Amino acid sequence: MKFSRRNLIKSFAALGSIGFSTKVLAQDKPNPNNLPPNLPEWTPDLGTGVDENPYGSPSEFESDVIRRNVPWLTASPQSSVNFTPLQDLEGIVTPNGLCFERHHGGVAEINPTDYRLMINGLVDREMIFSLDDLKRFPQVNKFYFLECAANGGMEWKGAQLNGCQYTFGMVHNVQYTGVKLSDLLRETGLKPKAKWVLAEGSDTSGMTRSIPIEKILDDCLIAWAMNGEALRPEQGYPARLVVPGWEGNMWVKWIRRLEFGDKPYMTREETSKYTDLLRDGKARMFTWVMEAKSVVTSPSPEKPILQKGIQQLRGLAWSGKGKIKRVDVSFDGGKNWRTALLHAPIMPKSLVRFTLPFEWSGEELLIQSRAIDETGYVQPYIQELQKIRGKNSIYHNNSIATWLVNKSGKVDNVRLG
Amino acid sequence: MYVWVKIVSALMLTSLITIFSSEASDRAFNLGSIATSQQVKGWDIDVRPDGVGAPIGSGTAFDGEEVFAEQCASCHGDFGEGVDRWPELVGGDGTLNTHDPLKTTGSYWPYASTIFDYIYRAMPFGASQSLSYDETYQIVAYLLYMNDIIDDDFVLSDQNIGLIEMPNQDGFLLPDPRPDVSNINGNPCMENCNVPVKIIGKAKDIDVTPED
Repeated sequence: MKFSRRNLIKSFAALGSIGFSTKVLAQDKPNPNNLPPNLPEWTPDLGTGVDENPYGSPSEFESDVIRRNVPWLTASPQSSVNFTPLQDLEGIVTPNGLCFERHHGGVAEINPTDYRLMINGLVDREMIFSLDDLKRFPQVNKFYFLECAANGGMEWKGAQLNGCQYTFGMVHNVQYTGVKLSDLLRETGLKPKAKWVLAEGSDTSGMTRSIPIEKILDDCLIAWAMNGEALRPEQGYPARLVVPGWEGNMWVKWIRRLEFGDKPYMTREETSKYTDLLRDGKARMFTWVMEAKSVVTSPSPEKPILQKGIQQLRGLAWSGKGKIKRVDVSFDGGKNWRTALLHAPIMPKSLVRFTLPFEWSGEELLIQSRAIDETGYVQPYIQELQKIRGKNSIYHNNSIATWLVNKSGKVDNVRLG
Repeated sequence: MYVWVKIVSALMLTSLITIFSSEASDRAFNLGSIATSQQVKGWDIDVRPDGVGAPIGSGTAFDGEEVFAEQCASCHGDFGEGVDRWPELVGGDGTLNTHDPLKTTGSYWPYASTIFDYIYRAMPFGASQSLSYDETYQIVAYLLYMNDIIDDDFVLSDQNIGLIEMPNQDGFLLPDPRPDVSNINGNPCMENCNVPVKIIGKAKDIDVTPED
């Protein structure tokens, strides 16, 4: 089974390289004709004008900086996931087109004129809001990370996927513009018995999750913009729920309805899917918060070390419980640690960038990073999670990963034990 | 008499306006519109474990077999055994505490209401909300029957879907016990730490990573 699947993937890859060989990539070796003292080939001629590209796109030489998926993972690409190329990104803002996608029934296409948000149940007034109505409420602009509960889920039993993108890329970080639900609900009023909210999407999966009202009133938003522009269709255009610090599937996209009730609704996603099966056959339910986590994005399996000498290690850290306080990096598999530099801004429930310069003289390295958040929580090893939860969990793997740098500078995802 | 009725009506109208305007003054921004009960009814399709929200209808597993074969079997198999990588819906009893747990509607799902809610809102895959309420009850009854939870002539309906006892109803733990790790005091080991550094597995040896 494993071998046939692998061969299948390989044959697809081969087909791809025959059929779509137009991909332009940065060449390995420079063309001496473009180097000093010669006149580079792009200098004499006019470039494209301002009317060529009304909505800009990255350089053609960056065409390998893309979301990628794992075809064998799911039965259909409409109910599936792809991954953010964290290894290629700088800073903390994820470009909109690179934010990972996770859909349960494909991307809904919604004309914003036809968009409506209904609020019903235990409210004083059951109401309907258009997109224009939502935009007339007081707005907030906030950076938050969004991480799928299954990020790293394939690594529970061992090192499986050889890439930073595939093992950590179900996270993105953007600035949302939206209305706080606590403001929106001043319009509908709330009955005292309202304890839970059912958030419902208008995509074909009718995505639904129950959320306790304390969280809804604390910091949840209905957002219509990300990184300064309208939400991308794959991120819920024209409006989505933002549930800061909590697992991604609760951030219902294409949101059409919020129903207030006195009990949780026990939807398919919160019973049969996003629950954590333990060793004894019991499962944890309503495990919402994404605990502190970090990853070294370079060096990483996709970002080998190219030459000896000074290197700039780069990585990302985040916590669903607040701010990242510190990130430590080890080069010897966790025996000794150095504290990395955190780059401002350091915002709660947002990705934080860290860097650490180091010298490499061709020796083998076992690189790890370890995040500590403002609550004092220290990112654990997988063995500690396995000891408590067993190996049947899919979700909430926030453990420390290990990148093996071999003597040639190549990097592999490995498991230590 | 007629005049009196008119006066009463006028008084009632006045009080209605008073009520409405007092409500309106509670609204902070006067944005949005009041939803009619008909609008809410069209979109409020969820069904809770206690059966609240279950639409009027009924069905038996006996009737559900044919509907399942037509609407569900191409992905889930005639008996819920799953085709290709599409989910298995039947079986898995006794597997949850093994190395290879099988989580199906029978072995894992804690409430029958959830099966109804999900099938009605999201199935068949790519044709959601196309089943009638009766067809949905029939399919749910067929799944419950195949998982040995009800008999094939049991009439599942809005009246009893909240009363079905599922095998794994008590299989879920609340509340979230995390943080469930030992180091929550912000002071991890920095030097000469006692950790295993032997490589016991490499992703490249598993060789399931897609190639570009």
